Amino acid sequence: MTTSVLTEAAAAPRRFRWADMGPFLALAIVILAGVMLNSSFLSGTNIANVVTRSAFIAIIAVGATFVISSGGLDLSVGSMMAFVTGIMILTMNRLEPSMGANAILVGAGVGLVVGALCGLLNGLIVTVGKIEPFIATLGTMGIFRALITWMSDGGSIPIDRALREPYRPVYFGNVLGIPFPVILTLIVVLIGAFILYRTKYGRRCMAAGSNAEVARFSGVSVARVRTTAFVIQGICVAVAAICYIPRLGAATPTTGQLWELQVITAVVIGGTALRGGKARVWGTVAGALILEVIANLMVLSNMVSEYLVAAVQGVIIILAMLAHRFIK
Amino acid sequence: MTMAQTLPIPGSAAALPTAAAPALRTVALGKAYGPITVLSEVGLDVRAGEIHAIIGENGAGKSTLMKLLSGHVQPSAGHLEMAGHRVGFADAAAAEAAGVVLVHQEILLAGDLSVAQNLFLGRELTRRWVVDDREMNRRSARILSAIGAHCHPSDRVGSLPLAQRQLVQIARALLEQRKVVIFDEPTAVLANDEVAALLAVVRGLREQGVAVLYISHRLDEVEALADRITVLRDGRMIGTWPAAGLSQRDMAELMVGRKLDMLYPPKRPAPSAVPVLQVSNLVVDHGAVEGSFAVHPGEVLGIGGMIGSGRTELFEGLLGLRPAQGRYILNGKEVAHRSVSAWQTAGLVYLTEDRKGKGLLLDEPLAPNLTLQAMDIVHGRLTLDRRKESTALEQAVATYDIRVRSVHLDAGQLSGGNQQKLLLAKVMMTDPSVVIIDEPTRGIDIGNKSQIYDFINQLVRAGKACIVISSELPELVGLSDRVLVMRAGRIVAELSGDQVTEQNVVYAATSGSAQAGRKTA
Repeated sequence: MTTSVLTEAAAAPRRFRWADMGPFLALAIVILAGVMLNSSFLSGTNIANVVTRSAFIAIIAVGATFVISSGGLDLSVGSMMAFVTGIMILTMNRLEPSMGANAILVGAGVGLVVGALCGLLNGLIVTVGKIEPFIATLGTMGIFRALITWMSDGGSIPIDRALREPYRPVYFGNVLGIPFPVILTLIVVLIGAFILYRTKYGRRCMAAGSNAEVARFSGVSVARVRTTAFVIQGICVAVAAICYIPRLGAATPTTGQLWELQVITAVVIGGTALRGGKARVWGTVAGALILEVIANLMVLSNMVSEYLVAAVQGVIIILAMLAHRFIK
Repeated sequence: MTMAQTLPIPGSAAALPTAAAPALRTVALGKAYGPITVLSEVGLDVRAGEIHAIIGENGAGKSTLMKLLSGHVQPSAGHLEMAGHRVGFADAAAAEAAGVVLVHQEILLAGDLSVAQNLFLGRELTRRWVVDDREMNRRSARILSAIGAHCHPSDRVGSLPLAQRQLVQIARALLEQRKVVIFDEPTAVLANDEVAALLAVVRGLREQGVAVLYISHRLDEVEALADRITVLRDGRMIGTWPAAGLSQRDMAELMVGRKLDMLYPPKRPAPSAVPVLQVSNLVVDHGAVEGSFAVHPGEVLGIGGMIGSGRTELFEGLLGLRPAQGRYILNGKEVAHRSVSAWQTAGLVYLTEDRKGKGLLLDEPLAPNLTLQAMDIVHGRLTLDRRKESTALEQAVATYDIRVRSVHLDAGQLSGGNQQKLLLAKVMMTDPSVVIIDEPTRGIDIGNKSQIYDFINQLVRAGKACIVISSELPELVGLSDRVLVMRAGRIVAELSGDQVTEQNVVYAATSGSAQAGRKTA
């Protein structure tokens, strides 16, 4: 008798949770507000513009979803982004005379490797060095930022003129009308969701963040899982950098400044628990979009000064956390 | 159920010849969460200078009752009376102000603060706006020695062993004069000698005229302590009896509501002579714990000893969860690389004593918990196969009789007994040949206990070997074919056959000479 009851329970569909829908409802509300405030908000060019601009934060935030859900935190993503961008431009400029436009491909490859290595450095400091992720990445954040400032001599590192035209479509191009950065974001999110929700690694990531001791007693190498998460974060930063270079055509000491805050905000309002364990990749994307839509609305409407964008985003993260607590 | 006739009728004989109104009385007390009633129509009383035990299986409503009495939860029916006057506690602070305090089951202390700072947390003594550490330390020392705690007021709580922390928690409750003290399983984490000290503390309270409510799973303690016993079952009060008339067996049967079969399965035929696991010169934590032992197919090897004798450490070292070295032969093959996953592949698993801290992901559903240690079994070509996973869960739920409303609940929402069965199912996923179970039934009720004993019995009957580490002597003695006793990080005795008795285990675990059952392996 007991068995039959249990089999029914097993077959019952997963209970719908409103809290899981939070980020998407919030996004819908923000968009609705946009439509009511300004008729040009919903125009094709504006929407494309908003989504494209959110691509960098979204891509990096997918990596951050891995790091945070595995129980880590990475404050260095903004300056890592600037550093990787600088290395890539220098590589491309050096190779352009001999390779022409192919220098872009090699430069992108170098960027991915450097990003992965930066992530590996963060990961090893945290796991082998046993330093709190907050402190470890605070340190590397300073290091990466200083390196780009030093490499650019306090100015900027522009990309070679000959490479601008062939590289341009990576940010400004589109496929069937969809901007290329949006497609790239979608690919990164799909891969991220696949790894997190369908593979052993994703499961271990969740376990390590939910309770590291349980993971250890279950034969999961928590150090390896967390280090890998930082490497994934580094690769995501490099992907964002590849897409970012053609936008401004240069790396400067202010490239990516304070992005770490936007990235963590996107992850957290997307429903991923900052203490680890719960990963919500699609929520992260919604979070990145919410931030960008709000910035866009403030520029479009004249109600609030756009200088206050960061303040409004700050209010959003606090409201999101409060909502999360009370819905639960 | 002949017992029902031989027992006194609840309530009638329970009235003791005292004129004074009870210190605390409940009148038709009940609690419902929405449509779900967890407790109804509880009418019990506790008098000054009396120890009144509350027993019942997990889920019987004991914890809810304690929370109602101590103001942590508000009743949805009935009310409380103190000394004949109706009272209501808005919160725990109001209850404490009225002289009613609950000593929590879980350790709720700030690990980074000192013992004295913890004792006076939220009620610090001051002298001219400056905290008066000297006076607080003085009073702390007095209360600590009164309850037999061996820690110093300036010790950092986080550095104390679990048992001492439990005593600090009790000291905190007893710092001020109390009328009613409620203990919620105070001995769950204590070893036998510590239990004895704690029972003395409880008796001391009775002599001071305090009314004591005492909840415990350990019926021997209840028998030793209680003046009266109230039994709860399925959220209802079954009755109150004078303790003198109830044996432990009576209590167990009243809790379960049916005759118990033999709690422990009968001992099995002699195990095979060739060991399945041979451990030589295992040295853990740089020599703090050492041991050599072997276990045979079809055998339950018990590991006894006081808490802190190194039992858990020895096996965590074996599993590579602590720094350790040694030689290991499993199924005739030398195991070189030691890690939880390497041991699992070789056919040995370990079930931790710390179910909530090291065993289960409490915030995750059952399926990921079940498969965390053996994901390859539910893995398709490229990804985890959700269908295989839910089939595995259905099988585990049926095999181990895990009772859940929905399999989508988080593991933390299960009762202790069901959590333990889930944990058992988790480590059994790979069908190991040696299973090490640390405290198989800690904090779970008697029905689940007997089921877990059955699983262990089935396991060894199927030719597997089982190592059981247990602080509960009846369990250790009832289950084991052979017992190794540890003291101060060493294996000091090996008992087998008729030597396996509670007295011998206690003797070897506590006494200087370990000759009682010493045998060469």
